[in-house]
Amino acid sequence: MGLEAILQKDGYVTTTIDAIVSWARKSSVWPMPMGISCCAIEMISAADPKYDIARFGSEVMRFTPRQCDLMIVAGTVTYKMAQVVRRIYDQMPEPKWVIAMGACTSSGGMYRSYSVVQGIDQFLPVDVYTAGCPPRPENLLNALMTLQEKIGKTKARDFQNRPLVDLELAQN
Amino acid sequence: MDVKALIVEKVKEKFGSSLEEVSDFRDDLCLTIKRDQIVPLGNFLKNDPDLQFSMCKDVTAIDWATRKNRFTVVYHIHSFKLNFTLRIKANITDESNSIESVTSLWKSADWYERETYDMYGIKFVNHPDLRRMYMPEGFEHYPLRKDFPLLGIPGSLPFPKKAE
Ligand code: SF4
Repeated sequence: MGLEAILQKDGYVTTTIDAIVSWARKSSVWPMPMGISCCAIEMISAADPKYDIARFGSEVMRFTPRQCDLMIVAGTVTYKMAQVVRRIYDQMPEPKWVIAMGACTSSGGMYRSYSVVQGIDQFLPVDVYTAGCPPRPENLLNALMTLQEKIGKTKARDFQNRPLVDLELAQN
Repeated sequence: MDVKALIVEKVKEKFGSSLEEVSDFRDDLCLTIKRDQIVPLGNFLKNDPDLQFSMCKDVTAIDWATRKNRFTVVYHIHSFKLNFTLRIKANITDESNSIESVTSLWKSADWYERETYDMYGIKFVNHPDLRRMYMPEGFEHYPLRKDFPLLGIPGSLPFPKKAE
């Protein structure tokens, strides 16, 4: 029994604006593919016909941050790249979410070294972490579904009056 | 005539005492030359009609850490005529950590020397554009030196603040 069946019977449904909006938001999360290294290959696989990220409404990979809701950081983030990632994140319109895909992004992974940021949560608010090196496409889809669950619970007031912040550089 | 014997004989004849060492380890011929002779040697190897080492495949360095002369610069050059790759080493013997650039001979050495400068802090004199390559401009350390800590030096790299 779908929406059509209810509409035919009663002609209307009752809901809240928040529920409708968050439902719409979670069903079309447009990712910004921040594919920086090997994990990107699995992210690309997740978009192919076999894994088909379109089933979750996220097939629209936009290479401009202006049209994105979700940044999938897929790959090793170096200190040099961190500024770029942060700048792109800042350009995304609110509301926005971040998936840390893979061991490197989540914790530095095997690169315990001077050049690699030991976890992007040092400079980005991460919503979902994905384990694996690289994570399988199923794992990314799982992360997306987890995120959808999270988005589904949001209310409009959660996003109000978020101040615009300028990019500031600190030292590591 | 054997290729190695030919190269060694020709270089010995031309450079004599500037040639510090000739080694042939695991079929790799390696010449160690005095630091100030690196460009004349390269010039000779490149332009001698019997040798024609026209390609520079790599420039890197070794940090010996505890030795007095800490750095050795290593070149790999290739001759298509002989189908042979030769290794040249030059020990840096003073505190200035500098050596003449070979970019005037091999254009490809440009970025190799920049990388070596970035990682070891070796200054290549007369290099056209000796800037950092991997590390950001303004970084003060040289990561591949043995005394550089693996996890880096806190506060040495610019890093964005946490977003809201
Ligand atoms: S987690 Fe593994 S696969 Fe992913 S970017 Fe790091 S090294 Fe590559």
